[in-house]
Amino acid sequence: MATSTTAPGARPDRRDPRAGKPVPAPARRPRRPRRSFLPYLLLVPAVVLELGIHVIPMLVGVWMSLLELTQFHIRDWSTAPFIGLDNYKPTLNFHTAAGRELLHSFWITLLYTLLSVGLAWLLGIAGAVVLQRPFRGRAILRALFLTPYALPVYTAVITWSFLLQRDTGLVNHVLVDQLGLLDDKPFWLIGDNSFWSLLIVSVWRNWPFAFLCLMAGLQNVPDELYEAAAIDGAGFWRRLRSVTLPMLRPVNLVLLLVLFLWTFNDFNTPYVLFGGSAPEQADLISIHIYRSSFKTWDFGSGSAMSVALLFFLLVVSAGYLLITNRRRDHA
Amino acid sequence: MSTRRHLGILTAAVLAAASLTACGGSGDDAGGSGKTLTYWASNQGASIEADKTILQPELDKFEKQTGIKVNLEVVPWSDLLNKLLAAATSGQGPDVVNIGNTWSASLQATGALVEFDDATLQAVGGKDRFVPAALAAAGAPGKPPAAVPLYSLAYALYYNKKAFADAGITAPPTTWEQLAEYGKKLSTGDRWGLAIEGANPNENAHHAFAFGQQYGGEWFDSSGKPTFDTPQNVSAVKRYVDFMATDKITNPSNAEYAQNQSVSDFANGKAAMLLWQAAGSNLKTQNMPADAYGVAPVPFLATPPAGGKKVNSMVAGINMAVFKHTKNKDASLNFVKFMTSDEEQTILNKTYGSLPAVKTVGTDPAFSAPEQKVLQETLSTTAAPLPQVPDESTFETLVGTAIKELFADAASGRPVTEESVKKKLSDAQQKMR
Repeated sequence: MATSTTAPGARPDRRDPRAGKPVPAPARRPRRPRRSFLPYLLLVPAVVLELGIHVIPMLVGVWMSLLELTQFHIRDWSTAPFIGLDNYKPTLNFHTAAGRELLHSFWITLLYTLLSVGLAWLLGIAGAVVLQRPFRGRAILRALFLTPYALPVYTAVITWSFLLQRDTGLVNHVLVDQLGLLDDKPFWLIGDNSFWSLLIVSVWRNWPFAFLCLMAGLQNVPDELYEAAAIDGAGFWRRLRSVTLPMLRPVNLVLLLVLFLWTFNDFNTPYVLFGGSAPEQADLISIHIYRSSFKTWDFGSGSAMSVALLFFLLVVSAGYLLITNRRRDHA
Repeated sequence: MSTRRHLGILTAAVLAAASLTACGGSGDDAGGSGKTLTYWASNQGASIEADKTILQPELDKFEKQTGIKVNLEVVPWSDLLNKLLAAATSGQGPDVVNIGNTWSASLQATGALVEFDDATLQAVGGKDRFVPAALAAAGAPGKPPAAVPLYSLAYALYYNKKAFADAGITAPPTTWEQLAEYGKKLSTGDRWGLAIEGANPNENAHHAFAFGQQYGGEWFDSSGKPTFDTPQNVSAVKRYVDFMATDKITNPSNAEYAQNQSVSDFANGKAAMLLWQAAGSNLKTQNMPADAYGVAPVPFLATPPAGGKKVNSMVAGINMAVFKHTKNKDASLNFVKFMTSDEEQTILNKTYGSLPAVKTVGTDPAFSAPEQKVLQETLSTTAAPLPQVPDESTFETLVGTAIKELFADAASGRPVTEESVKKKLSDAQQKMR
């Protein structure tokens, strides 16, 4: 991973197990690559699964979005009338209630994703840097930090929903009854606070993943760089900015994209926390689509929203990769 | 070095665990082999476990009589409709299912359920066995029913006798105005007048229907088109939400109740009144003795507006349906016949506190307890079926969710006005097609 960074010459020979040994003779390699079907054969299972699990359902989804697929037709799709782009019209027309709510849900989701990914990353990098040097109890802290990620999502989020209940929840008990910080018990699962509750639960669930990836990335940062920086008189922040972060760039590129996609698409957390119908203030797009298709039995319009969402994420991901790749090429 | 390897193993383990949790779906058997049926029961008792304990002996009895084995799965209400929908779409899943009777027309429209035409009805004991009002709520009018009634229910007003006596109230309220007035007297520091399941869309929609009828409103016109935001319906919904918003006889916390916490609050004395269907058996499991509470018909408006109907409950109930994809249709119908037989109707309805769906056992003394008498009277005189249109389940979801959001507004101190109610209902209506 470190090979693609901007620190040439920093490759740690000391850590290379082959260091000192003669480089394997090029003659060992076959002169001409032999044509073989074996690589293709080995790829077949992956391709079949990829087609079956991702590509075909996705295409079916696109097809569904062009049909009027309501409860009258779900049993036999061939009877569903083909209505072209009619599903998209009310969905993407932001003057209707459905379109307005989708747009609202989109902004909420975007805000939620940016905040959640940002906070998860900040916590992750902080945790990883703090635990970079060995000290007594480091292993325990590492295990502890990873716990939220190891817990099954349903169990963890159901527990959160108990904690956040107004009358019987632990959060209000601590804030109001024990600490006396607030006079009146606030709602956490309905109204304006629901957004923040969702954000907190999401960060709590996601930051260990950022922590894990960044911790792995930090293992690849050679000590020499820090030593050299220390000799040059660089303090903690300078070392973080000039050594750690540039060395983590490849990890961050992937980590941020993956976290963004996961959080943007997150269904389990809001579904378990709010039970299927999220409050307006925390109406994430995945829940919104679920409600528009499963709860109202209108799978065509739900698929139309999903396809629109798919295109958005495709554009964002492609743009992100394009920009980051170009920067790397120029660097 | 070794830490790096450990880390790698840890990463792999965490990722593997994460991907494993993602594929814990339910693999339901098609239930086709030999004489084995799969039966999805709805959650009627205090818990899923309680239901299993109640139903299993009856299923064993059925197996002894006929040699047909029935695999039981009790499905919580929050999942039932989705699971039925999945079964209807895929043609896989159970043979026999319980459905909420209000979903009958919606599920009928999928064409996945066996039609109970006269011949099929004959196979389960004949059309005349069933209570007509209950059978009418088993499918769209003019079509063969998509199911047969199993348990019949209606809403009633449950009130805490001691709380009433302490507040000097001698009789349960018969009008909503009285209920609001009594509620204020009953609301003390740690007790509230009325408990409401505010975050449960279905409960909200059921009340919206009954209130709507009293205000002279309809949720669908005669052609099946939604008419959610009529002035009558707006008044009806506002009246219901106002118990929390303006009368303040309902704890704002109820705005987040969706797991029957309102029943628990009533059983624990945290609320003095509750509007519920056959709450008796549930209250019993929560240690509230039957003599601690009274049961009265759901109130009416003191001065009904023009067109207002004397309706105070929907015809509630559970129906039993058979999927067309079953490979054991005869065995399935045989099972339906067993469950609607006199003996089973008496045993099961007695246990659940509901009313029999067949005419022949109504005289059993078990069904003349005070609670059952009120339910029976409501069902036979002042209950009306929810509109039997294919969009009914969508109505429950959309309008019920709109009301949930209104309760959330009321709980967080935002005003609930005619305009805000109308806007929510109009938005819900726009989402129908």
